[in-house]
Amino acid sequence: MTIESDEGHRPDEIRAVPLRHPGRWAATAALLVLAAMLVHDAVTNPRFGWGAVGTYFFASPVVSGVEKTLELTFIAMVVGVVLGVVFAVMRLSPNPILSGAAWLYIWFFRGTPVYVQLLFWYVISALQPTISLGIPFGPEFVTWSSNSLVTPLVAAILGFGLNEGAYYAEIVRAGILAVDHGQFEAAQSLGMRRPALMRRIVLPQAMRVIVPPTGNETISMLKTTSLAVAVTYPELFDQAQNIATRTYEVIPLYIMASFWYLLMTTVLTFGQFYIERYYARGSSYSLPLTPIQRIRRNLTTLRRIPFSPSTAGDS
Amino acid sequence: MAEPMVRAEAVHKRYGLVEVLKGITLQVAPREVMCLLGPSGSGKSTFLRCVNHLEKINSGRLYVDGALVGYEERGGRLHELPEREVCRRRTEIGMVFQRFNLFPHMTAFENVAVAPVLVKKEPKAEAERRAQALLQRVGLSTKVDAYPNQLSGGQQQRVAIARALAMQPKLMLFDEPTSALDPELVGEVLDVMRGLAEEGMTMIVVTHEIGFAREVGDTLVFMDEGVVVEQGAPREVIANPQHERTKAFLSKVL
Repeated sequence: MTIESDEGHRPDEIRAVPLRHPGRWAATAALLVLAAMLVHDAVTNPRFGWGAVGTYFFASPVVSGVEKTLELTFIAMVVGVVLGVVFAVMRLSPNPILSGAAWLYIWFFRGTPVYVQLLFWYVISALQPTISLGIPFGPEFVTWSSNSLVTPLVAAILGFGLNEGAYYAEIVRAGILAVDHGQFEAAQSLGMRRPALMRRIVLPQAMRVIVPPTGNETISMLKTTSLAVAVTYPELFDQAQNIATRTYEVIPLYIMASFWYLLMTTVLTFGQFYIERYYARGSSYSLPLTPIQRIRRNLTTLRRIPFSPSTAGDS
Repeated sequence: MAEPMVRAEAVHKRYGLVEVLKGITLQVAPREVMCLLGPSGSGKSTFLRCVNHLEKINSGRLYVDGALVGYEERGGRLHELPEREVCRRRTEIGMVFQRFNLFPHMTAFENVAVAPVLVKKEPKAEAERRAQALLQRVGLSTKVDAYPNQLSGGQQQRVAIARALAMQPKLMLFDEPTSALDPELVGEVLDVMRGLAEEGMTMIVVTHEIGFAREVGDTLVFMDEGVVVEQGAPREVIANPQHERTKAFLSKVL
């Protein structure tokens, strides 16, 4: 075998005729026509009520509704995440009572519609007019009326939080199961007991699997809070509905609410990207570029000499 | 005679219908280095995992330092030990795995220092001082802040040994510690193990490194299909195996 040295005889860069893509042009033309129709309708159809959309966008009930939507999303997610972690760890416990109880919880709250659960909490006083602390079947020490205890906000938190907890438990469980079994054995061989093993060894490693769906769940929760209309909690959509029934400007207010939801979910999407990036550190695959990095790279290295394929195969 | 560090009497282990250990009887004296040799599937690793109760045995008796593993004998019956007690006894037994199993989200230093603080409630300063010393001892004082994925296989395995030693065990179990390493990295791990043996650590080493077994081992046990086929001084067993199965195995690995 001989190895020839090609120094000084570097072949010319390949400058091939690019492949044509007629299909792309056809699709682009079709989409442009559709987009033009939409824009034309939006501009010429007065029933869109763009003026009203603008008027109400920063109206004080709407802004307060946006705040309440964010607040409810945050609290319900915190409740959901805490319950989810607890029930996931219970579900994987060697104790059959604990894992059975967790199974039942997940089965029930994942198996019934969140809208129904929400209304159930809202009308809980019809089922249990009072709620008391005391000895089971024995004397009661403190008693509250359900109506004063379960306000619309509490009903919404219970409805969304308990439902989210059931879904989130499954996400956490998947994350825990994705951790290499050798990690459990190594921790056990060092004498770690289950709570320490979970908290210090397994859950931190499960985070990489858990974080991406958490962003997804948060975005989903933000939109689902619009169902709190049912329990008369004055969040964004409830406020939009209230104004719409008063002024009959239904379409503009639905458009206004949609814009707000879109704005908030867009901000969350960016947040998710950066959180995922943070938890992907130390893993073997390379991190995705941030938008700023991408722009900077495109500006600085417009043309780079390609990596020689003959060395790329070696490892 | 002193109490053996490990005493196995007719230990049987089944997975479902498959019997993996079919009556293992052996003893490991304090300061002894026992090497377990045998084809894959012969039950070597399973036996090792029974010693620190990562696996439960189905019959027979297994003692570590005079105490039954995983059970307590009272009134002629065996009682399962509570998790707390099982875990306390595991702290006295170090284990090193084929795939290292370092905690990937912790630095080398944290890997070594975490368990003494978390499990034995040692003062942090004390555990950290020892972690530093142990990493220096395995030749990794410059890699203290490295994460496992920044270390070579040999370096990772040395951290894993330091991590086990941090609990100050009286017995070390090695489950094919060099099988996942590139050949050029095997030596650095074996050197650390040799040093441990010279200091008088009691060790059970499942290995395919015949050279290590011959030079460092006090006894060599050859296992096949869940039974001990042959045991004795390593040089004799290797130079002059008595059983056909031992001969056949050695002829392939030597």
